[in-house]
Amino acid sequence: MSDKILMKGNEAAAEAAIIAGCRYYFGYPITPQNEIPEYMSKRLPEVGGTFIQAESETAAINMVFGASSTGARSMTSSSSPGISLKQEGISYLAAAQLPCVVINVSRGGPGLGNIAGSQGDYFQSTRGGGHGDYRTIVLAPYNCQELADLTLEAFDLADEYRMVVLILADGFLGQMSEPVVLPEPSGKKFNKDWAVGIGRKNKVASLILSPEDGLTKHNYVLKEVYDKVETEVRKYEEYMLDDADYLLCAYGSSARICKQAITELRNKGIKVGYFRPITLWPFPYDELLNASKGKKKILTVEMSLGQMVEDVKLAVNGSIPVDFYGIPGGMIPTPEAIIERVESYE
Amino acid sequence: MSNEEIVYKKSPSMMERETHYCPGCTHGVVHKLIAESLDELGVEDAIVVAPVGCAVLIYDYMKLDGVEAAHGRAPAVATGIKRVLSDKIVISYQGDGDLLAIGLGETIHAANRGENITVIFVNNAIYGMTGGQMAPTTMPGQKTTTSQSGRMADDVGLPIRACELINTLEKPVYIERVSCHNGANILKAKKAIKKALLNQKEGKGYSFVEVLATCPTNWGLTPKKAYDWLEDTMIPYYPLGNFRDQEV
Repeated sequence: MSDKILMKGNEAAAEAAIIAGCRYYFGYPITPQNEIPEYMSKRLPEVGGTFIQAESETAAINMVFGASSTGARSMTSSSSPGISLKQEGISYLAAAQLPCVVINVSRGGPGLGNIAGSQGDYFQSTRGGGHGDYRTIVLAPYNCQELADLTLEAFDLADEYRMVVLILADGFLGQMSEPVVLPEPSGKKFNKDWAVGIGRKNKVASLILSPEDGLTKHNYVLKEVYDKVETEVRKYEEYMLDDADYLLCAYGSSARICKQAITELRNKGIKVGYFRPITLWPFPYDELLNASKGKKKILTVEMSLGQMVEDVKLAVNGSIPVDFYGIPGGMIPTPEAIIERVESYE
Repeated sequence: MSNEEIVYKKSPSMMERETHYCPGCTHGVVHKLIAESLDELGVEDAIVVAPVGCAVLIYDYMKLDGVEAAHGRAPAVATGIKRVLSDKIVISYQGDGDLLAIGLGETIHAANRGENITVIFVNNAIYGMTGGQMAPTTMPGQKTTTSQSGRMADDVGLPIRACELINTLEKPVYIERVSCHNGANILKAKKAIKKALLNQKEGKGYSFVEVLATCPTNWGLTPKKAYDWLEDTMIPYYPLGNFRDQEV
């Protein structure tokens, strides 16, 4: 498995899910994620799994709910408008503490938007697009290798914390081809004595009408899990920050562009590096604050009108200035635009 | 004593507790018929998917595994369960709003795929748990809290007939409409439910049983008058009987 294979991001994610032991995929066509269901429709029957092209995104996420309630590893994928439809199911999965993986190969919005990659779903992903007090773990890969690695890890995280894990990729990442070394399964085993069908007369439910404070207690049970995740699951990458005067903060595809801008800025003698959150929830607030110490300014770069920038501001809490550069609607920020903005700070 | 024999006893699959259902409501009867059928078929490990509606707590009354679905999504949830646990009996228990309004897509497509599940559709012509709003199966002229002058076909159309709709699909193996407003019909309902479960046990495919049911509270009738109203008003529109039995 250590050979490099040229794979599309979407296919790398799908194969990684199969390596992780996912045998149940339910989805609905939407660009730019179609390679995931297409790949699954071919591969899952080969490994004894089940693929269903559902009648809707809503049905797909609820099929995941059913499969997950048996303890089986299952997943769905979609792109932004389809992820909106899945929010109902995600809220129910969160309430019932069912593990699953949802991949969002996001596109421009709002509405039907367009089919180009975009980062306009940060709020939806990290703030919970569905109703109620809940969280999902959100992982944001920035290349095909990481998309595969994080998809594999997502299944372990989902099982460990009994949570929905969302992979927030974007259309560029899903569609690009890069060499990928397929990851090895962790081999971790998880206790699933809560599942139905194991002879325990278990209930998988989210309605708690009684006693009066039953739901409140359940909310605190969930909070305990979320607190644990906030402590234990924080991923980020720091790049050329040690001597940097300016800190770029970006995730996913935006971070790749920042990397190029950093090289060119450093050639011009401007010391700049980046902080790349990989877990968008939990957001690495403390780590970003530490990384920002001694810097003159932060420039947050996103393919949106500015969403993650709110978390960046929360992280530094006014200790240093935070600027924003972004472009919405499926356009890509250019390194030149980032360079120009940073040069204006000098 | 030795000459006495037990001719009737509570189903071992039922919990020892009272239901929350109103007097004259037939949900409890349908629960009982499912439990008895499972007992008689020797099924001890069925999984029931509960709907949103009055029967949302069905898993509290039966000794089964229970999964609670979002409103209308029970057939999708049941599909997910059954595709993993193909040897378990999976029951999707749904009301009229659940099955024919918000969940119509899931209903049709699970039936069309021929999922090897059993759908028990309790049609009481009203939204019970939310307080008596108009359902897709509310009768013409029937007064509800959202059709206060009575359902007007010109405005909202006529009630949807679920069995007839599903009967347009190729894959279902068993489709039957029964009622439980009196003893004779309850016996027929039991037979249909048991058959629908047996079909699943034997791997035959998708079985659908519509049970005409009462909601005295939201109909504003006494239990007795509710049973009469069902017979006089619902049965002429929703004819009882078998629509498909692949063995016949």
